Amino acid sequence: MAGIPLILLAAFFFPGIIIRTKSILSGRKGPGIIQPMRDIKVLFSKGSVYSTTTGWVFKLAPVVGLASMLSVLAVIPFANMPALIPFQADFVYFSYMLALGKFFMIIGALDTGSSFEGMGANREALFSMLVEPAFLVLMGTFAMLTGYTSFSEIFTAFHVSENPIITVFGLIGCYLLVQIAMIENSRMPIDDPKTHLELTMVHEVMILDYSGFDKALIHIATAIKFAVYGSLICSSVVPAAWHPGFQILLFLSIQAAFAIIVGIGESFRARNKMQKNAQFILTLTAVAMLAFLVVLIVTEKLII
Amino acid sequence: MVMSFGIYAIRKPFRYNYALFILIASIAFTTIAVLLPNLLTSSAPLLFSSSPPEFLNITAPDSLSAFFILIINFTTLTAFLFAGGYLKSYYEKQTSLRWSLHLWAFMWLYFSMIMVVVLQDGFSFLVSWELMAVSSFLLVIFEADDRSVLKTGINYLIQMHVGLLFLLVAFLIAGQATGQTGFDSLKTYFSSHSNLVVFFLFFVGFGIKAGFIPLHTWLPEAHPAAPSPVSGLMSGVMIKMGIYGILRVVFAIQSDLFVIGLVILGFSLFSGIMGVMMAIVQHDLKRLLAYHSIENIGIIGIGIGLGVLGLATGNQTLALLGFSGGLLHVLNHSLFKSLLFFNAGSVYLATHTRNIDQLGGLAKKMPFTAAFFLIGSLAICGLPPFNGFISEFLIYLGMFKSFPESTLYFSILLLVSLIGLTLIGGLAIFCFTKAFGIVFLGQARSTQAEGAHEVSRNMLIPSLLAAAAILAIGLGSALFVRPVMNITSNLSGISLPGLFTDDLLKTLGRISLTGGLFIGLVVIIAAWRYFHLQKKVVTAGPTWGCGYTAGDEKQQYTASSWADNFSSLANPVLGTKKQEIPIRETDLFPKKRTFATHPRDLFKSGMIEKPVDWLLNIFKKIAFMQTGQIQHYILYAFLFMLVILLLTMFKIL
Repeated sequence: MAGIPLILLAAFFFPGIIIRTKSILSGRKGPGIIQPMRDIKVLFSKGSVYSTTTGWVFKLAPVVGLASMLSVLAVIPFANMPALIPFQADFVYFSYMLALGKFFMIIGALDTGSSFEGMGANREALFSMLVEPAFLVLMGTFAMLTGYTSFSEIFTAFHVSENPIITVFGLIGCYLLVQIAMIENSRMPIDDPKTHLELTMVHEVMILDYSGFDKALIHIATAIKFAVYGSLICSSVVPAAWHPGFQILLFLSIQAAFAIIVGIGESFRARNKMQKNAQFILTLTAVAMLAFLVVLIVTEKLII
Repeated sequence: MVMSFGIYAIRKPFRYNYALFILIASIAFTTIAVLLPNLLTSSAPLLFSSSPPEFLNITAPDSLSAFFILIINFTTLTAFLFAGGYLKSYYEKQTSLRWSLHLWAFMWLYFSMIMVVVLQDGFSFLVSWELMAVSSFLLVIFEADDRSVLKTGINYLIQMHVGLLFLLVAFLIAGQATGQTGFDSLKTYFSSHSNLVVFFLFFVGFGIKAGFIPLHTWLPEAHPAAPSPVSGLMSGVMIKMGIYGILRVVFAIQSDLFVIGLVILGFSLFSGIMGVMMAIVQHDLKRLLAYHSIENIGIIGIGIGLGVLGLATGNQTLALLGFSGGLLHVLNHSLFKSLLFFNAGSVYLATHTRNIDQLGGLAKKMPFTAAFFLIGSLAICGLPPFNGFISEFLIYLGMFKSFPESTLYFSILLLVSLIGLTLIGGLAIFCFTKAFGIVFLGQARSTQAEGAHEVSRNMLIPSLLAAAAILAIGLGSALFVRPVMNITSNLSGISLPGLFTDDLLKTLGRISLTGGLFIGLVVIIAAWRYFHLQKKVVTAGPTWGCGYTAGDEKQQYTASSWADNFSSLANPVLGTKKQEIPIRETDLFPKKRTFATHPRDLFKSGMIEKPVDWLLNIFKKIAFMQTGQIQHYILYAFLFMLVILLLTMFKIL
């Protein structure tokens, strides 16, 4: 419940922090932290241009994208406070709801009839398909570790036990969630948002034809998506015993750190070769499976 | 009862028997609709018990039969309504005999399916099973002027009879041991004999109907060949009869449950993943949907397999959730798959092609068809707030709930099925973004697609019905899951723990709530967008072409290019053939080139075509002996006797 305003707050600054980090690291003066939000404001004030090829699907896509993003906020808990509408296996809902938004963005891109956008949409479809198992296997691991099946309960159980093993898994979870977030948001090792050539883009090329209001919606959804993953990362490490004030402080600093990591990564890392992406993403599933097996050992099902 | 009507009514000139047919069908529906209250409330054997016509040897059907009857009724109704509009264009082309035969077969498919789920006695079951195969064969060969359609139909008929043979043998084995045939006797048989052999016979027999890979080879051929309403009915309902049979057998089984569960789960995972992978590389819209039927049979099977494993290990939660998820998916699939086939049929009527690469831009010309196809696509991908999500969610929930208490090997098993199910989900999204995106969006890729028009209103009504049912299940899941849970608990003999049901219903209620929240958000944002854009300048322009201004429809992504990056990953198991001539460096002025991809079915070529070719080859080689000269034949007879003599002399024979 308390998480939603915090996530929205984090989303407000998130893209700005990434951009600021990158500008500092590349020695530029760079824009201010709230520049991306100012850009969105500008987009809202502008009119729209629609391609004559597009139809209702193109116009519906960003609306559904943002709505799906906002509706998953209902299942995201904050520290040991439960989510707005928690239920069993709500992470399945989370994952499928995000997929729904993605489905619409993909067909929205196809509606333009552009070969570039088809290409980007195609890549996005492939990559998000490959990353889905990693997330659900990770949640399965958490479910097995804690014995619960919803975000809220799992993360509550994570804090209650102050045992080091859980902390270790929290960190593995962090690592995987960061990587998954990067893929879901089409960031660095998979996709370079700052690339200049349409042929090498993934996400950026999908939204080439959007302008004005629609584009603003897409940017808002992207920012929220980052913050949602940041919040999951935070929930898997925040100690429950802490005072809520400290928890909020930790939440915000983890979000900031996540944004800075994204920025640093994008400054020093080259994008993968496109053919290598599939392999890279499948590795994450492998890591998640490894974590799963380790949990088997920890829960003493596996005796060597 | 009603059935005998049909035969005579049909032989008259067509127009009315069409109307008459609807009448008869609806009578059948209304009588059977009486089933409904029983399904929802009581667990006891029901319905037909009031007036059982003895000659049909009906033993009172239970809630499982009632559940399937409802599914059959709904989809037959929508399919026949759709056929009314769809077949109009064939009205002139087909002879009156073939026309009436088609309508007659349609009715008999319906009757035979009802009989299949109602009759419990082994032989009458097999007779109706056979009737179902023959009537659907007649439906498939509607356009028999096309040789390939006839060939496909005969292929279908042969495979159905192979399946029938397996079932017959299985029933006979059980029948001989217990003295009576039928599903009731299976329980007594299984309690005293080894379960595995007979189960495998049943599994193969029913599996051919259901389309588990590698028993599926008839399916992707027959569905595209049949007229669309028939494909919708066959894919939506008829193949589920295989699932019905498997369920009946599974609930009769007493021992070896773990192995049987493993077998079902293994085949299902394999069918699910392979089915959707093969679907991705298809160009034929209806064939793509046919492969998706295999995928969905896989999902249903995953549910059933996990259910059986749950029974085997005493994990009641998994058993209940697995079976219910599978059963509910039977219903869900019948809804969205028939919806998809109907709209694929509309597309075919409007454009006269099923080749995805020739379509495009239809969303503007056929907005309703596009919207219905989109709903079907979202539902088949298992996305909330549509019905496919609910059944998949139940299966997921079963898995996640059993993770904590299961043993080592069982956890690994669950992990594998979890990955399988998520992969299926992801691949389905990949496939349906392609199917919807290439067919309905962008620019038309051919003149046929350019000149398409929306189909008539009465062809949209069945889609509307199916779409409404899809949304109803998606948003009000608790109402539908409850009866399904009751059926499961009746059949498996697991009592429903009150706490468990309350918990589940609460969860489903919350899913409905979030679904409602989502729809509310869509409406709010769309309204905001609408009022916002009222005040702004909205202009139209060409699609961004990266500075290139002469982009046309040929430069759009096609179905083949969409599948390309996937098939480069998966080609070892798919074996898609590419035909292209690469451009060499020395080609200064490249000539006109062609490029084609040919999706193949390795199972079909490996299991049917190759052995058949091999046999034919052997026969050809032996054929040199057939000389037509009587002396040679006498020589053969002499040699044969000599061999016999020698063999007896050396006491080999």
